Amino acid sequence: MSEDRATRLAELMARIPYVAWLGMRAELAGDEMTAILPFAPDLVGNVYLPALHGGVVGAFLEMTAICQLGVREPLRRLPRTIDVTIEYLRPGRAQTSFARADVRKVGRRIANVHVEAWQEHRATPIAALRGHFMLSPPA
Amino acid sequence: MASDQITLEALGERMANATPQAAALALKVVSVQPGDAAMALPSNPALVGDPETGVLAGGAVTTLLDHVCGLAVSSKVMGAGTIGAIATLDLRIDYMRAAIPGREIIARAHCYHVTHSIAFVRAAAFDDHDEADPVATAQAAFALSSGGETR
Repeated sequence: MSEDRATRLAELMARIPYVAWLGMRAELAGDEMTAILPFAPDLVGNVYLPALHGGVVGAFLEMTAICQLGVREPLRRLPRTIDVTIEYLRPGRAQTSFARADVRKVGRRIANVHVEAWQEHRATPIAALRGHFMLSPPA
Repeated sequence: MASDQITLEALGERMANATPQAAALALKVVSVQPGDAAMALPSNPALVGDPETGVLAGGAVTTLLDHVCGLAVSSKVMGAGTIGAIATLDLRIDYMRAAIPGREIIARAHCYHVTHSIAFVRAAAFDDHDEADPVATAQAAFALSSGGETR
């Protein structure tokens, strides 16, 4: 049920200190999650542009993948990141960022997830991530 | 960023304290030489990614690795006379194991090749002094620009 998914996502995100540290939140439409990262001065990596720190953008993408895996089905433990490849396409400007994850494959233990982040226009992403995550057996 | 020549010390100082996200994480420069850099991320409960285990969020390690790679690139490029803006093109991170909760993380980066416009870097993150047992390793490419253009 969608209420279950929404509750599961809210509980998952509320449990992770780093989600609050980044100031990240998420909205759910059915099983489609949009992660949201409001701009904050502390997230800047380049003060001259200014632009979001590349690490922050990568962290936002990775956390979006983990949250999407948590929306998909109840998890006994949080997924653990095995590897990520982050491609930086455009500077992340001093504005709100959004991200959506596409769970490409879920095997018995390992999930493959692609994530894309954008700001004003979905068609001009600022960064993309591909990663593998280790899953624990379902609850 | 102005293309004026600065010292390695000033570069390290700028990377640790004049970058808001690095300051928010309280990143410290451990060492910096042309093409080689080490930075430390102090333990901070706010950066935990898994409350059940107390393990640091991967994202905080990502930022440390990206930042130390940037410092290794800048320190190598400034050896050529000037320093311009640099931008991460891609960053690949492999997580070998969970970091031990409560430990400081130290990341070391080596910029092993630079062309006119691209720098290639490797890095690793450790939670103790055992160089054979990293928490994570990284491989990155950076775009270089000597003028005001960034990407």
